[in-house]
Amino acid sequence: MNLYVPILVLLLLGGGFAVVSAVAGSLMGPKRWNRAKVDSYECGIEPTPQPAGGGRFPVKYYITAMLFIIFDIEIIFLFPWAVAFDQMALFGLVEMVLFIVTVFVAYAYVWRRGGLEWD
Amino acid sequence: MTAAVMPLAAGELAAFGKDPWWIILIKAVAITVFLLVFTIFNVWFERRVVARMQHRVGPNVHGKFGLLQSLADGIKLSLKETIKPKGVDTILYVLAPIISAAMAFVAFSVIPLGPEVSIFGHRTPLQLTDLPVGVLFVLAAASLGIYGIVLGGWSSGSTYPLLGGLRSSAQMISYEVAMGLALVAVFLYSGSMSTSEIVGAQAGGSAVDIFGVTLQLPSWYGVVLLPSFLIYMIAMVGETNRAPFDLPEAEGELVAGFMTEYSSMKYLLFFLAEYVNMVTVSALATTMFLGGWRAPWPISLWAGANEGWWPLLWFLGKVLVFLFVFIWLRGTLPRMRYDQFMRLGWKILIPVALVWTVFVATARATLSAGYQRQFFFGIGAVVIVVLLLSFVYDAVAARREKAEEVEREEADQVEFDPFAGGYPVPPMPGQKVPGLEPAAVAVAAASAGAGSADSSGGAGAEGAGQQADSGEERGRG
Repeated sequence: MNLYVPILVLLLLGGGFAVVSAVAGSLMGPKRWNRAKVDSYECGIEPTPQPAGGGRFPVKYYITAMLFIIFDIEIIFLFPWAVAFDQMALFGLVEMVLFIVTVFVAYAYVWRRGGLEWD
Repeated sequence: MTAAVMPLAAGELAAFGKDPWWIILIKAVAITVFLLVFTIFNVWFERRVVARMQHRVGPNVHGKFGLLQSLADGIKLSLKETIKPKGVDTILYVLAPIISAAMAFVAFSVIPLGPEVSIFGHRTPLQLTDLPVGVLFVLAAASLGIYGIVLGGWSSGSTYPLLGGLRSSAQMISYEVAMGLALVAVFLYSGSMSTSEIVGAQAGGSAVDIFGVTLQLPSWYGVVLLPSFLIYMIAMVGETNRAPFDLPEAEGELVAGFMTEYSSMKYLLFFLAEYVNMVTVSALATTMFLGGWRAPWPISLWAGANEGWWPLLWFLGKVLVFLFVFIWLRGTLPRMRYDQFMRLGWKILIPVALVWTVFVATARATLSAGYQRQFFFGIGAVVIVVLLLSFVYDAVAARREKAEEVEREEADQVEFDPFAGGYPVPPMPGQKVPGLEPAAVAVAAASAGAGSADSSGGAGAEGAGQQADSGEERGRG
């Protein structure tokens, strides 16, 4: 556990710097209220009213996120496999090729159905 | 290939976790200060280099060579008013830049900067800490940094930041996959995920036996695993939102992306996070592919090159090379379109990285098991099969194209209805609009008809009728 303590120290230092500078910035700067200034910026035109809660996202972002999770899990499996590869030799190779092929089928399906298209 | 089986709990990690609290504090403060000062330097470096590339001088007034320019900019920015727009979600809006900046700092904690040195008489490695899963930790910290961007874009309650945040998150997660896959081959070779052990594994080159001839491989993974290195290089530019992949802040379309509504110190924190992330991915690239803090070839002939504080210099030099590449790309390449960018990530980098990983694994497994002849014959067979498949594919594609051409021509025979979609659209080249010929064509056709019919009056009436038809057609709109 001792290995992780320095990370916490660095997190405290980095986070502390961020918090202190954010607070200091809002204390140091001038405060001159202006109605136009607090409008959301849209290049000078009347800002588009935003629905509460951020509105709707295009669904393709969810597809991207889902694909990311699939591949990230694949990577999470690949990392320990790569580290221990020399102990497993051919057995590990065959097993992982089977796994990659399985994921690849899903990948080919998504590609064919246009899940990777952006316009 | 002589595969030295490395024990998972290797001896090198034993050097970590023994520092007294004051050494930890010194190292952590040193890293924080280093990253801050280095960011100030990098902003100046970028502006100077880009200026040179554009035949300008760049900042040269404040301090020697203008070195204090970015410090002056930072101080000025911190004295500006902090504007909080109307529609923001206050807590997340304040938290987002802090998350971004803090995670950028934390990711640097496992980067090895040098060998064991003596700090006030205490022997300690020049690295804050190391974990058995060091590289995974860097990737995790980078992923957490994305939260800052997404939340910043979403909580601003404004159109451009929302779009910028969405784009940025989609982009970063897409390229993180390619980045992770590029690193698998390195872990295969080093047998470890700890950064200091990966540097150690690149100390001496390995040898490979091919048909009885022993080849000495170079020690850097960037050379041995060149495709991995290239994929990582592309992915790291995408991951840090830098040109030519700086779509989340494409100022022509999204103003400043997710940081549009930020001002003063909070804007500065996002800016800081971006530059620290650049340094972190460069440092990771150095560690994984360029031998880390170990001296490059001509210097490595000197016996003392890898001892004491010198390696810090080699490390900085290598990181600066990567930073220069970042700036070079920005000065050279135009920004990509979003669909091109996503296509590159999902349809090229990921499959190429996967195939390369499988190839490296196959090579390592078969070569270390002594199946060299089979391996090279296998490669030959695969190449032949791929070539044959590509010929077949070409033939099929050519036939399909011809069929599509025929289909298109048939479709052109059918009369084009400009009002099919409810509102008039202009015809595509080759499509004919009924009754909409230009007047000159109609007259020419009519007079040609008149020649054969031998009755000019009738043909004229016909032509007039056609004109009336087309008038009716137009009137329908």
